[in-house]
Amino acid sequence: MSAKVTGAARYTDDIVLPRMACGRILRAPHARARIRAIDVSRALATPGVLAVITGRDLETKYGILPWTEDEHALALEQTSYVGEGVAALAAIDEPSARAGLAAIAVDYEVLPAVLDPEEALAHPEIKVNPSAREGNVSKHVDLSFGDVEGAFANADVVIEEEYRFESNTHAALEPHCAIGDADFDGNLTLYSSTQVPHYLHRALAKVLGLGAERIRVIQPAVGGGFGGKSEPFDLELCAAKLALLARRPVKIRYSREEVFYAHRGRHAMKMRFRTAAARDGKLLAVQSKLLIDGGARSSFGVVTTYYSGQLLAAPYHLPAYAFNATRVFTNKPACGPKRGHGSVQPRFAFECQLDELADCLELDPIELRRRNALGSEVTTINGQAIGSNGFRECLDAVERASGWREKFRKLPFGRGVGVAGSTYISGTAYPIYPNEMPQSAVIVKLDRSGQVVITSGVSDIGQGADAMLARIVAKELGCSLDAIRVHSGDTELCPVDLGAYSSRVTMMAGNAAIEACASLKERLGDIGSDFAGAVQRAEAKFGTLVGVGGYRTKKLGGDYRGGSIGASPAYSFTAHVAEVEVDARTGFVHVTKIWVAHDCGRAINRTAVAGQMEGSAAMGFGEALFESHAFHANGVHRGPNLLDYKLATTLDSPELEALIVECPDPAGPHGAKEAGEGPLHPSIPAIANAIYDAVGVRLRALPFSPERVLAALKGRKS
Amino acid sequence: MLPECDVVFPETVEQALEALSAEGARLIAGGTDLVPNLTRGVSRARVLVSLARLAGLDGLEARGNALHIGARVTLARLARDPTVSALSRAAAMIASPQIRNTATVGGNLCLDTRCVYVNQSELWRGANGFCIKTAGAVCHVVEGGKSCVAASAADLPPVLVALDATIDVASPSGARTIALEQLYSNNGATPLSLAPDQLITAVSVPLDPHTRAAYRKLRVRQAIDFALLGIAVAITLDGDRCASVRVVAGGLAPAPRRVKLDELRGERVDRAFVERVAERAEHAFRPLDNVATDRAWRRAMVPVLVRDAFDELGLSAS
Repeated sequence: MSAKVTGAARYTDDIVLPRMACGRILRAPHARARIRAIDVSRALATPGVLAVITGRDLETKYGILPWTEDEHALALEQTSYVGEGVAALAAIDEPSARAGLAAIAVDYEVLPAVLDPEEALAHPEIKVNPSAREGNVSKHVDLSFGDVEGAFANADVVIEEEYRFESNTHAALEPHCAIGDADFDGNLTLYSSTQVPHYLHRALAKVLGLGAERIRVIQPAVGGGFGGKSEPFDLELCAAKLALLARRPVKIRYSREEVFYAHRGRHAMKMRFRTAAARDGKLLAVQSKLLIDGGARSSFGVVTTYYSGQLLAAPYHLPAYAFNATRVFTNKPACGPKRGHGSVQPRFAFECQLDELADCLELDPIELRRRNALGSEVTTINGQAIGSNGFRECLDAVERASGWREKFRKLPFGRGVGVAGSTYISGTAYPIYPNEMPQSAVIVKLDRSGQVVITSGVSDIGQGADAMLARIVAKELGCSLDAIRVHSGDTELCPVDLGAYSSRVTMMAGNAAIEACASLKERLGDIGSDFAGAVQRAEAKFGTLVGVGGYRTKKLGGDYRGGSIGASPAYSFTAHVAEVEVDARTGFVHVTKIWVAHDCGRAINRTAVAGQMEGSAAMGFGEALFESHAFHANGVHRGPNLLDYKLATTLDSPELEALIVECPDPAGPHGAKEAGEGPLHPSIPAIANAIYDAVGVRLRALPFSPERVLAALKGRKS
Repeated sequence: MLPECDVVFPETVEQALEALSAEGARLIAGGTDLVPNLTRGVSRARVLVSLARLAGLDGLEARGNALHIGARVTLARLARDPTVSALSRAAAMIASPQIRNTATVGGNLCLDTRCVYVNQSELWRGANGFCIKTAGAVCHVVEGGKSCVAASAADLPPVLVALDATIDVASPSGARTIALEQLYSNNGATPLSLAPDQLITAVSVPLDPHTRAAYRKLRVRQAIDFALLGIAVAITLDGDRCASVRVVAGGLAPAPRRVKLDELRGERVDRAFVERVAERAEHAFRPLDNVATDRAWRRAMVPVLVRDAFDELGLSAS
């Protein structure tokens, strides 16, 4: 942990191997074009250039989901967005690499492109993704539970509105970086700033046509992921291929601009929500129709499409629920999983709608949420089994801490408070590729030194996975944290873990660690005050001490197609209250404070939990007010750099107060549930609802920029 | 990647001028503007003439009736100097503490003009079809536009122009003093009227006890953002009447823009006066789509910033 604070942590880009070459990727300048020809002869003749590859050298398709493998490391015949890779090379240094890239001649036939999802649906002949099965439709899900139409027919109140969520991106501080390194036997080591070493391992084997047993993936320290590094990327495949060809280590690091083109960030969504309620505020039915802008590739899109509906059936009791979601391909960088994958956008819409409902019924919006709270040990209308549920406690905590009752509808014009709630998964029931093997495994080795060595395939991307394992093992074995060493993120030395996504790591690796400790505890017996002594006695008696544990979810979810997507061993719950000041002359919104209450089951590490809660709320705040991953009409990104893309600075950010709520869940390790993604969701609707409390305008489109707020205020006056 | 180029370190103004006369020579002080532009290929240089070892550009003192500021004084140092509060406040609003520690006053005056279509990578500019300022022929901001309208986004020039500041310019033919306003060509592609072998050594700000000034900056974030609009107001008072008032805007056009307000001389400075200034400014300043923010909103903010500036001066109460 201290390595990051002191700057000593070694990130992939810090690694310099002997004879290492510089790799670079040439990127397409057109939103959609056919590649007539690529001439690399001048590049190969450029001094210092060692190897050049095009799509023909890596023809095998891949993709994070085995059902939608639609990516090539480098475009084969058609490019589908500005910034897609078309060729790559390795050279002895950066100037040679740049000169080589400039010498590659690509003959493009520029084709018409579609940037807007509605336009893409209207023009299936403008095929964005050559692998798409049907026009430009990436995925369509239409699910209905209970008597939706009957509920709307009998409702006292129906609220119906349209909401828009603009795309935004992860903007992890560390740009993606990979180093390929092949030995003379043709064995490959790939270092990468990835969240998913295991899936990367599989993709490398598949695309390179190399046995998986010959490949090792090492994940050095990662400078943030947030979902933006949770699938294989072109630079990893290109660095590996170039290393094999050049017989030298090859490093490729994205420029910040390339990170924007790799994207996989939050999907833009156009959402129509209808909510039916009784006069007392009880929800009767919710229905949504979502149009999801997927960009040019599938990524996790099938999951995104399901999540956009499936994750809304809690924390409120819905007697009837239906959603109709369509993800569409457009000629832009692919969207994918960003912290709170799939549900941040509909959660914004729905929690705003609840505020509108409360307003309409003249009910306090916290009270409205309380009346509809689902409770624990229940099954949702779509078949998700909720275990522990601290949502009511979360509402109580933010209500109390924020001074809600003294503020709501009582602050002077220009100041206001807003509330919102949410739920999120702690891992999903199914692995990304269907198999019966453990989703996570942990090995704990003890020896006479008294040192405890944990090896696990988990990916610590800054969220504290290593420290989580150390704490669980220390508690299980009764040793001090100082005795523990954690080795992770190495597919050769560590047992498999599927990666850092879906808030699954604590749930799955944590349970695997407990299992690994079980047999060790038995052998150790009563350790007394001398841990090393106890280990020595056990080692003498039982021989070498190794404990192995694995975790597999049981079958979860509703018995229908897609019923397992969004089904989790345990669900976290969150409530936020945001307080804002709105300058009615300029439209500027200043969020002064967000109170964040989150039920994480049991906090294994309170500092880390509070950090995740604050980080999530801050990220949601930035999405609400500042961030916009948008494009010019020609498909060119409006500002693929950190000056134009507005991340909030510390001066802009609100004060954050983390209120940890603990409702231990029997499924979680020591009762723990997730804390890294759920607490993002309510930030955005809580701010929107606070703006309404402050100045009486509803903002139903993101971001809440001053021009948008001012326009809304003018609209209200006129 | 920063393209390869030589760096020379002159120790006298004469040596610097000689070095600047070389083909492709560019002056570099803090480098916070030039280096990103060189990296992106927006600016080019064969030789960088560094001011790092040049003596005599670090002065910051009130002498006679003027504040004299050496060209190499950092923005951080200017931000700490209380002599002209509008100026130190403007300096404190620039970028971030790290950048202010290295960026200089001379550099801020010479900041290259900026545009959403210019300050991007080579790949990006190529994908967008280049433009007048970047080896192309078209302007993406003004349809059919023949000249570049990239914006002067620096924060010090509006304040200094409003205060009638002058600059000392060294050139092979000798030193001269000109009004700062004359530095700007109003052509976004070549925004400075300086010849390549000339350099600014100092800026002088008249100190007048009857003059007050304020600067308001419109930006999305509270740090690390260029001005979407910057409004400087300077007013010289004669009792409760206006002897002269200057309003200058940055962030709009290739040069700081001044509003003509001569007819307000001799008027009583009150709420109505402020409203007249705000109205004139809103009429005069027409933002373009050269900055990534809605231009109608930016225009609507002109009178707001003018009023805020007068509020800051305590001149709009009555």
